[in-house]
Amino acid sequence: MDEPLPNVAAKTELPKLAVARSAAPRDDSGAAGNLIFDVRDVSIYYGSFKAVTGVTMPIHENEITAFIGSSGSGKSTMLRSFNRMNDLVPGSRLEGDVSYRGESLYGRDVSATAVRRRIGMVFQKPNPFPKSIYDNVAYGPRINGIRNKAKLDEIVENSLRKAALWEEVRSRLNTSGLSLSGGQAQRLCIARTIAVEPDVVLMDEPASALDPIATGAIEALMHELKQQYTIIVVTHNMQQATRVSDRTAFFYVLTDSKSDTRTGVLVEYGTTEQIFQDPRDDRTKAYVTGRVG
Amino acid sequence: MAVAPQQQRADLREPAGWRRTKNRIATVLMVLSFVVVIIPLGFVLYTTIAKGASAITGSFLTSPIPSVVEPVNVGGIWPAILGTLEITALATVIAVPLGVLGAVYLNEYGGNNWLSRFIGFMADVMTGVPSIIMGLFIYSIWVLHFGYSGLAGALALGALMLPIVIRSSYEMLRLVPDSLRQGSYALGASKSRVTLTVVLPAAVGGIVSGALLAVARAAGETAPLLFVILGGLTTGNANVFHGANIALPMLIFQNASSPYPGAQARGWGAALTLIAIAFILMIAARVVTARFARYAR
Repeated sequence: MDEPLPNVAAKTELPKLAVARSAAPRDDSGAAGNLIFDVRDVSIYYGSFKAVTGVTMPIHENEITAFIGSSGSGKSTMLRSFNRMNDLVPGSRLEGDVSYRGESLYGRDVSATAVRRRIGMVFQKPNPFPKSIYDNVAYGPRINGIRNKAKLDEIVENSLRKAALWEEVRSRLNTSGLSLSGGQAQRLCIARTIAVEPDVVLMDEPASALDPIATGAIEALMHELKQQYTIIVVTHNMQQATRVSDRTAFFYVLTDSKSDTRTGVLVEYGTTEQIFQDPRDDRTKAYVTGRVG
Repeated sequence: MAVAPQQQRADLREPAGWRRTKNRIATVLMVLSFVVVIIPLGFVLYTTIAKGASAITGSFLTSPIPSVVEPVNVGGIWPAILGTLEITALATVIAVPLGVLGAVYLNEYGGNNWLSRFIGFMADVMTGVPSIIMGLFIYSIWVLHFGYSGLAGALALGALMLPIVIRSSYEMLRLVPDSLRQGSYALGASKSRVTLTVVLPAAVGGIVSGALLAVARAAGETAPLLFVILGGLTTGNANVFHGANIALPMLIFQNASSPYPGAQARGWGAALTLIAIAFILMIAARVVTARFARYAR
């Protein structure tokens, strides 16, 4: 835990950061679930740009963990490291280790596609495929080799039911996924993700493009899904974080004026209640109370 | 504290003066260019129909090619229709899969490495190569060794189509949003799977359109066929892999350059037939594409 601090950190910030980082892994006041991810001193680079520096955090099973922080603080980058989506960005590189149920995600023999079948993802902008609603949901199961029509029908119906979309689309499963409204399309993407029965669902600002009613539907859905899945959600909306999450991680952009570099760091991590009621770091406090840090 | 005196009404009309004038000029220019573009097209179509329609009868489309001195009501152009269909179909079978796969490599796999930049550059250069050079090329590497055949013609036309197909497919693949690829990757799809089940279906409409333009272009080519399929047939050659063959553009060329009125009328009839074939192809492809792309909107 006491590894050297990132050299980009401004000198005056060092003590605070040290406190925050050593406090983070100790926090287990939530007690509940087992560890599902263990992030150890992870730094992520895009080419020579260091997007995230020295993040260490545990993620608990069957909980919703929210990542909050301003733009550029590395929360999306961090999220994408959990199912190796960053691999798709040329020049990206990860230092440190992310382990999933005791197995390193970045180990030598680990296949990124195998990882993604267990760890699904929902994106900021709904991205239904230009296929029918049915084929959108059946896409994942088909990749996994399910060809049986009756079995697929069952998976499609169950997934759409879980995503609270079934009643709205049951009569038009053969129409294009692109014909749905924004909120419906996002629920379709959630149905598509859970159709492969993942273990974890990563959500990158899943409701930021949606109106409040659709947002409410997605949030209710997240509560529902929590029984079965572990969810990590990136959000810019702090009310949303307080409404849905069990734990919250606050990310912050560190700027080094000397070398003119910036990087994202994890400042504070704890139960959502603690982060919002009793933040220990001043920057967290400034951010959650709206005096943006 | 009186109410604001005499509230001025908002004037929401386009302001008079230079801005409005510019708008008018632009509109007039656009309409004018449309007219200029449509005139030669319409004129070509009108002339071909006016001079060719009278030649077309059932027996004209199905009879063997007569001597050029015969009047238009003797014989027909069937061998050339058959040759054009055979050769163009074979050229399509050769060039379209290769071209689409090449474009997939360029856009999905190659990234910005030297090989993909080299292939992209060569494809662009090949687009500019005159079609007769393709004919000479096939003549020297194929016809000199294996003799005249429809296959040689298909190879020449295929070489002509290939860069067009690569370029147009590449542009279509580039338009597929990355969010779709990511959505598929996030479900655990492999790269080939993403390409086959998401990227290509999303681009299929544009790819088919581009391929079709290439087919229509190739079907109308005379130059590359001149020395590779020989022509001069009077009866059809259904074997595309062996022996001399003939195609509509060649027949048009031979008939148009002969002085006999019968031959010239036959040439016009053949020209109209060629246009009709291209037209039918376009419609057929639209129908097929509409079926593939029915979820795209």
